[in-house]
Amino acid sequence: MAPDINLTEPAIVDESVDVTPETPGAASGPVPEVVFEVSDLSVYYGDFRAVRDVNIAVHKHEITAFIGPSGCGKTTVLRCFNRMNDLIDIARVEGNVSYHGVDLYDREVNPVEVRRRIGMVFQKPNPFPKSIYDNVAYGPKIAGVKANMDDVVEKALRGAGLWDEVKSRLKASGMGLSGGQQQRLCIARAIATEPEVLLMDEPCSSLDPIATARIEDLMQEIKDKYTIVIVTHNMQQAARVSDRTAFFTTEVNAESDTRTGLLVEVGSTDTMFSNPGDERTENYVTGRFG
Amino acid sequence: MSFTSTIGVGGEAAARSIEAQLKRGGGDTTGRIFKLLLQLSLVVSVGVLVVLFVDVFATGTSVFTTRAESFLSSGIRTSADAAGVFQAIRGTLWIGVFTVVLAFPIGIAAAVYLEEYATKGRLTNFIDLNIRNLAGVPSIVYGILGLTLFVQRFEGFTGGRTLMAAGITLAILVLPIVIITSAEAVRAVPNSLREAGYGVGATRWEVTRTQVLPYALPGIITGTVLALARSIGEAAPLLLCGAVTGLLPGRQGLIDPSQLTERFTALPIVIADWARTPREGFDEIAAAAIIVTLAIVLAMNTLAIALRNRFEKKRN
Repeated sequence: MAPDINLTEPAIVDESVDVTPETPGAASGPVPEVVFEVSDLSVYYGDFRAVRDVNIAVHKHEITAFIGPSGCGKTTVLRCFNRMNDLIDIARVEGNVSYHGVDLYDREVNPVEVRRRIGMVFQKPNPFPKSIYDNVAYGPKIAGVKANMDDVVEKALRGAGLWDEVKSRLKASGMGLSGGQQQRLCIARAIATEPEVLLMDEPCSSLDPIATARIEDLMQEIKDKYTIVIVTHNMQQAARVSDRTAFFTTEVNAESDTRTGLLVEVGSTDTMFSNPGDERTENYVTGRFG
Repeated sequence: MSFTSTIGVGGEAAARSIEAQLKRGGGDTTGRIFKLLLQLSLVVSVGVLVVLFVDVFATGTSVFTTRAESFLSSGIRTSADAAGVFQAIRGTLWIGVFTVVLAFPIGIAAAVYLEEYATKGRLTNFIDLNIRNLAGVPSIVYGILGLTLFVQRFEGFTGGRTLMAAGITLAILVLPIVIITSAEAVRAVPNSLREAGYGVGATRWEVTRTQVLPYALPGIITGTVLALARSIGEAAPLLLCGAVTGLLPGRQGLIDPSQLTERFTALPIVIADWARTPREGFDEIAAAAIIVTLAIVLAMNTLAIALRNRFEKKRN
């Protein structure tokens, strides 16, 4: 590990980094650049093991979808990618999450710097109770961005496909927007700090189909600039938007009657939905359970 | 029986049966009794308050109609016709200042630490429980604390039985209330707001300052002003800290800080003192002093509500 890599500088990436074992038939061609490499990740809440032994690589400029039934730890794993689990006192992480080769859980890594480079969009739209403008400008402001803030805000709002709808009322409260607009505002807020990665935790679960379609289109538009990891309950959504899909499921711990999540397999979305390697994946994607 | 005849003949009978079912029971008797009891409770609470108000105003209004200015500007005198509440108002206002300056910042900071910074565990639970217990400790106990600590031990700093010793004592008395109400306001801040802040790379301090505190501010203000009202209504600890019940010599002047190291009195003290003086006219000035106290508390509560509404509007 190289904990001395400065998380504010573009990291140097070893192109030869190995990719985790793939499902047979996964995309061939040039070896994709790996952004996250997760090995043997387990997350505990107190004594309870929520997820165990996750191994996965996330590729640059791809959309990786996490699917699986409720309680399978998709969100928990996602929140390890920007150290959001730090906010839960009893959460504990074992194993390794590396970002461009840097161990994110190294003691010297500053979670604040991590979150500036790895933005997050949450399940429920959560704009600040401030104006649309201030919502977007918040991240760049606290990061000490010197550029003209009006330009930064406009660029982010354009990037999130919201500019034309709100340009005449930037001073209005972000809470006054519709649910879908609020979620795009949250995307604008996340991309305003120019992160490399966007983590999306079921971003469409509270939205109607039209707003959902807009977000999905937006994801396709911005995937050239960002690496996206999306957790979704909706298999069709994963099939529509993602390049690669990771399927999680749960196992029952016999003695304690609790459930621990685990990663079943990860592969190209086409393969995962047409010819998965594991029977549990097949049962899930064909709607036999979950 | 054919299918159609079931509908034709049975239809009318079925309708009557449904009607009978829908109209039976005659209503919810228990519910009506319950509602009546609730209304009765409200009437009792409000009724007591009304009786109190009517009594106080009936007794005290004459003082204001005959000599409002002299009552508000005179000090304590032996004669009811000449006595006034000026010194008492001054003492009470200073005690309020101590509460605002000491108890508010310390209490709010402690609450923010407990809710936003401290790792939740046995120790925080223990501290939380103890703060709640402290809020229930009788005020006379705080008076003893003030007497031993601020009047005697720190006499060199406070000057002994002075306004400063009393102010610090009352600030400490309401500190647990300030902590509890502020902590509740901070706890009510939705977690999604914190996550949004952390998610774009804010530090804990930035999230606390720019998101949590502004959101919690209306609740904090409401709680702290209630604490302020409590502190200016207390009499028992003041007696132990040396509040003067008889004549109080000394300078006039409302906001002269040199008062801090002088002997003092306060509204609850003069009310208690006058109310038990059996001579002619003292009942009336005691009631008038109560009216003054009520007016101050009402003014503060109004200010608190106005501030809360303003910040709530800003928040949304």
